[in-house]
Amino acid sequence: MARIAGVDIPDKKRGEIALTYIYGIGRSTGKKIIQKAGMSLDKKVFEWNDDETAKIRKIISDELTIEGELRSEVQMNIKRLMDIGSYRGIRHRIGLPVRGQKTKNNSRTRKGKKKTVANKKKAVK
Amino acid sequence: MSRSLSKGPFIDYKLERKINKLIESGKKTVVKTWARSSIITPDFVGFTIAVHNGNKFIPVYVSENMVGHKLGEFSPTRTYRGHQKKK
Repeated sequence: MARIAGVDIPDKKRGEIALTYIYGIGRSTGKKIIQKAGMSLDKKVFEWNDDETAKIRKIISDELTIEGELRSEVQMNIKRLMDIGSYRGIRHRIGLPVRGQKTKNNSRTRKGKKKTVANKKKAVK
Repeated sequence: MSRSLSKGPFIDYKLERKINKLIESGKKTVVKTWARSSIITPDFVGFTIAVHNGNKFIPVYVSENMVGHKLGEFSPTRTYRGHQKKK
């Protein structure tokens, strides 16, 4: 088991994919890291020797913001929008889509689970 | 799609002129404007700009963080006070 960037322990997968278990690294960044280290893309993580692992670690810590640091950066950006009271900040505050999507239906990711409003009782004759 | 770089940022000409006048005179009065699409430049910082929202003018005090945003972002055009809360 390789341990890169603190807590992440991906294994048994190709390096490119295994690296995506780290927050802030996707497929393309993963590929770039492996290529930059001059390693084969087809090598799986357990086939890496200590040198290669160290190389990867170095590239990640030198060039990328990942995990907690990245998360807090994102949060800071959102907080900035909310503090200056811009439209985007307001949308973040009330938990609705920020980028102009319609909200008549769907947008459940932002709005959360459906809250059903009980039917009004019909007037009985 | 983002704006072409060759054009540079859009700043409303008349608004810019008014602000420049205020800077020269050293006064800080509220400037009324309809130019919601105008970008906020570093010159605007510290001024209060009343931005029209289609109904009335919303006073916006420009702080440093707002530079690069557009004026309209700070003057909401819709009212939504949320749905009725369950008791």
